[in-house]
Amino acid sequence: MSEHILLPEGSIEKQTTTLNLGPTHPATHGVFQNILELDGERIMKATSTVGYIHRAFEKLAERRPLYQITPITDRLNYCSSPINNMGWHITCEKLLGIELPKRVDYLRIIIMELSRISDHLICNSIVGVDSGAYSGFLYLMQFRELIYEIYEEVCGSRLTTNIGRIGGFERNFTNTAFVKLEQFLATYPKQLKEFETLFSRNRIFMERTIGVGAISAERALNYGFTGPNLRAAGVDYDVRVHTPYSSYQDLEFTIPVGKTGDCYDRFLVRNQEMWQSLSMIEQAYKKVQEFKGADAEVFHADTPAYYLPEKKDVYTKMEALIYHFKIIMGETDIPAGEVYSSVEGGNGELGFYLISDGGRTPYRLHFRRPCFIYYQAFPELVQGGMLSDAVITMSSLNLIAGELDA
Amino acid sequence: MPLNNEKIQQILTEKFGDQLTDWQEPYGMLTFTGPKESNLKVLQFLFDEPSLGFRFLTDLQAVHYPDNKGQELAVVYHLHNLVDNIRIRFKVFTDITQPDVFSATALYQSANFMERETYDFFGVNFTGHPNLIRILNVDEMDYFPMRKEFPLEDQTRSDKDDEMFGR
Repeated sequence: MSEHILLPEGSIEKQTTTLNLGPTHPATHGVFQNILELDGERIMKATSTVGYIHRAFEKLAERRPLYQITPITDRLNYCSSPINNMGWHITCEKLLGIELPKRVDYLRIIIMELSRISDHLICNSIVGVDSGAYSGFLYLMQFRELIYEIYEEVCGSRLTTNIGRIGGFERNFTNTAFVKLEQFLATYPKQLKEFETLFSRNRIFMERTIGVGAISAERALNYGFTGPNLRAAGVDYDVRVHTPYSSYQDLEFTIPVGKTGDCYDRFLVRNQEMWQSLSMIEQAYKKVQEFKGADAEVFHADTPAYYLPEKKDVYTKMEALIYHFKIIMGETDIPAGEVYSSVEGGNGELGFYLISDGGRTPYRLHFRRPCFIYYQAFPELVQGGMLSDAVITMSSLNLIAGELDA
Repeated sequence: MPLNNEKIQQILTEKFGDQLTDWQEPYGMLTFTGPKESNLKVLQFLFDEPSLGFRFLTDLQAVHYPDNKGQELAVVYHLHNLVDNIRIRFKVFTDITQPDVFSATALYQSANFMERETYDFFGVNFTGHPNLIRILNVDEMDYFPMRKEFPLEDQTRSDKDDEMFGR
């Protein structure tokens, strides 16, 4: 029988261990610092610090014409930069009053849903990695590569895409883009099914995630959760349904909703959203194929004053040259007004609050970054849990450092 | 009957009378201004009143209008009623020499970081905030960088000799 060894009074003043999880810790997948007070392996208190990659985007945007702000938005949530780009274009179009042709809307849906898949795919497979199952990550990663190849075909770049322009796309989708899209639609479902089979009813995975990092619907709303994290808690709020943009109202899809708001539900909600995104891409692609002849060549709205013309037109057409010059030199005044527009980003409601005083650049631009807002719930989510649960909670919240700091 | 902008305006005017001014609807979103002393009263009423139910704080930020003497800083709240799916924008103006605004953290947990960010960039002093310290900038910073008196570097400046970047 071992008895409690009583230490002399005052020999150990501090009963807990302080641990710095981050800012550069391999388990945090990004620059996050969490100062944890540990009692053994149990977290008594957590304090999060943000701001390690702050890049003053809002200040920068105050001196840039609208089209130069698109590359800034890439760097917010870099796992799904096309959604950020589109969200910015949609904001500008709302301010400028530009109506888009239906075909452009559907093409945008294809790109946005592809990037939603690439975002969720990374998040879910990283949850797998953090719970000790590396294989799922390897299975799914090749499809992110395929998605990036589609981006490359459309806009020429992969990670920070700068895709599209105000009023549409920079060029029509090539045949290769559609071939790659068809290839994706044909092969991805099988792999996703396999991924689900590996994880969803896997006892080890369930034990690691069920009840971990749970949050109630009420708390989640109070903390400003949006996106998959809020839906996992049981609130069916989705910007695509509540304030449809880019013709999402033409598609049929359901909003998967969880119940407990724990890591397992977040995982399941993201998986279901990938299936929904797949079906949305199929529907949108079918609608795109219905455009024939001259309609199938439409890839931007007819707004010469704001749409940056194609390079070949710039070299051959007078008007295109004039507008190209005016836009590039930032000599186009934008109408005065204030507009808030939001899209359903990979992590939730990505909002843009744009105030224009009628000048050439925004007077004030604010990004509503979903990550930044729901990250404050992290200490509450991990308190009382184990250290290893904090890591898995962090990855299942899909915290992206770029979106956190702006 | 679903909630609409006219109805919100009517309910709020009944409660607060002339305190709320500057009613506008830019791009369909009801926008109004209130006195900074009663910002919490308005937010609380919007939160509690069953016919309004603005229980989701979408966004909170500030705007600096240097020419608006005595009311240089505007704190802008974007609120969302998720049931009726309607958004409103509520503004509060404050003097830049004494930028005290009541904190909404007791009402919305989400306001915590957002108010810290607003303080960090504009210096709005949220009274009642549990932990009003800088969040994105370094702690040693002694100015508020998003204010308009801090312009970005002039790209045409020539006094800087920087071999690395060719200027």
